[in-house]
Amino acid sequence: MPDQNEWTEVISPKTSLLDLKLAELWKYRDLIVIFARRDIISTYKQTILGPLWFFIQPIITSILFTVVFTNIAHMGTDGVNPFLFYLCSNICWAYFSSSLNSNSNIFVSNAGIFGKVYFPRLAAPIATTISNFVKLIIQLLVFLAVYIYDYYKFYPSIQPNLNLLWVPYLLFLMTFLGLGLGIIISSLTTKYRDFNILIGFGVSLLMYVSAVIYPVSSLSEKYKYYISFNPIASIMETFRFAFLGTGSYDFFHLIYATVFTFIVFFSGLIMFNRIERTFMDTV
Amino acid sequence: MSEIVIRVENVSKRYKLGYVGANTFMEDIKVAWDSVLGKKNRYEPEAESNDRTKKGSSNYIWAIKDISFDVQHGEVIGIIGKNGAGKSTLLKILSKITSPTPGTVKYKGRIGSLLEVGTGFHGELTGRENIFLNGAVLGMSKAEIKSKFDEIVDFAGVERYVDTPVKRYSSGMTVRLGFAVAAHLEPEILIIDEVLAVGDAEFQRKAIGKMQSISKNDGRTVLFVSHNMPTVKALCSKVIFLKNGEVNRIGNTNEVVEYYLTGEDYQREEEGDTSQLIRTAGNQNAIKKVWMEDEHGNPVSKVLMGKPCKLFFQFDCKEEIISPGFGFGIENSEAERIFSMNNYTLNSGKIAKAKSGIAVCEIPEMILMPGTYYLSLALVQSQTEWIDFVERAYSFTVVENDVFKTGKVWNKSQGIIYQHGSVELIK
Repeated sequence: MPDQNEWTEVISPKTSLLDLKLAELWKYRDLIVIFARRDIISTYKQTILGPLWFFIQPIITSILFTVVFTNIAHMGTDGVNPFLFYLCSNICWAYFSSSLNSNSNIFVSNAGIFGKVYFPRLAAPIATTISNFVKLIIQLLVFLAVYIYDYYKFYPSIQPNLNLLWVPYLLFLMTFLGLGLGIIISSLTTKYRDFNILIGFGVSLLMYVSAVIYPVSSLSEKYKYYISFNPIASIMETFRFAFLGTGSYDFFHLIYATVFTFIVFFSGLIMFNRIERTFMDTV
Repeated sequence: MSEIVIRVENVSKRYKLGYVGANTFMEDIKVAWDSVLGKKNRYEPEAESNDRTKKGSSNYIWAIKDISFDVQHGEVIGIIGKNGAGKSTLLKILSKITSPTPGTVKYKGRIGSLLEVGTGFHGELTGRENIFLNGAVLGMSKAEIKSKFDEIVDFAGVERYVDTPVKRYSSGMTVRLGFAVAAHLEPEILIIDEVLAVGDAEFQRKAIGKMQSISKNDGRTVLFVSHNMPTVKALCSKVIFLKNGEVNRIGNTNEVVEYYLTGEDYQREEEGDTSQLIRTAGNQNAIKKVWMEDEHGNPVSKVLMGKPCKLFFQFDCKEEIISPGFGFGIENSEAERIFSMNNYTLNSGKIAKAKSGIAVCEIPEMILMPGTYYLSLALVQSQTEWIDFVERAYSFTVVENDVFKTGKVWNKSQGIIYQHGSVELIK
């Protein structure tokens, strides 16, 4: 008789908090890619302009911001061409907010699939993050085009510098912060939908306290102090600093943002892992 | 002895009834606070057994309780039981969709579960894209799907639509595509919920044929939930009968199915109270009760092929009805009328009038093929005026029987009814 102890898997009520089953996740890598592809493709199905919408969105938003905040409200942009300033902020913010929004809904919006078939649940937020990242890369191309044009036109008001090397790291921070916060909220919303309502308007409010539409330098000392607690604001500010060479850049704030991101991300993972096994009972 | 591939040990699942809101949040907080203080959880629920028809005192129920069984390699296990007996909950635990409250499940090999056809289909994507999506959701790799792509399209018979968004498909086509993908899944253990109850007759035959070849030829282990006893009998080597969340009986297919069909579980539904059912016509709910008796006058809900039986309904009208007509219509599980019987067409003698009473329909020989059938009842006045009409007021089962003593088995593919006569070679 064969050895009965060699089970492939044992399903039991409790698992360890940090058992992320990464090996299993790797087996489902095709699913992650297909999910990400689905997210991207399905956004522009049955449209005339198709993927062009990924370009149009930040451009129109930035034009509107320029009109409202610069031309009407006369808010400063640290001497940078306002359109470029807002384009830079918008792309960066859109990435973070869409990552947060879509991940915070992951359990509820996937309840149909999750309730009928098993796959490592982490595949869903990872796929969402990848699809958001791809959209970001496409939008960064728009930004770079405007950036290079402005560089020659307004030289030397834009000063690209070595701080550009920070950009990949900033994207990394934003990715994990958005993902982490998103899955924390999605874990909380499986039983109580309150957070779902909160996140609906919360994200748009968050924009106003994250230095998206204004540079930190335009704030008074008191508000500068408060906003330094918001890691997203530091990331936004450093992101613009790297490209535009204006604004502030504080190494200490970046360390804070890094620590904050890791705490959020790992608590998110633990909560997600805890909830994924029983969420079908409460969702 | 062959290898055990699934071992289920004392698996239970507790569910909370009622809805989730501020009260449950306060409970959660108290439970968390208690555990901080190291006290016993005061809400540790005393769950009750799951009998949906009775009111209980606890808000918690055991959807399934203390289930243990082993499955050996290559077995096809049928899981049967009434609605709410815990069949789907058990499948959900086995397919890792939700975890057991206490208990463990151990298994060997890859589990593929098919609780729904076309899980994860996205309406905006084309058939081609959805085949990949659905396949990946079910656990296939991209390369695997690619190699089977043509076979899947062929099996589904949707070649022409493969580059059209799935939202333009007819619902039948969507189901075909979904089943086609699932049928090409190749896990060692396959878990199937009643997904075959969809699609047209041709496709159902195809689906059952595929299931048979999966289990018989490929030697895969299959767990299969169904209400369709003929399919269970045709496919399964062993059956688990769940009742109120517990294993009532487990073993040989024919014995357990027979026990299920004749057990007290079924007896209870023999006499149908029709007074609350929705009416197709009439407004006084005059037909009160319906039942069936076998040749010896015992109340039954199943009848053997070829045997006589009697159908009854009891009625009570507000006023006397003139020249009453009593109609009995038999429909199959696809809701097609097979035949109907009424006193206007069958009896020459007229009934003058009636206010209340019992109407009986005598069937000298049950000529229907095995399966579940429905009985519709009608009460008419003066040939034309509806007093009461209840469609599918009652259901009964026709049980397979060797009517002509030839040892041959009947099944639905041979038709709806059987016919006496002979077939000979004359030249």
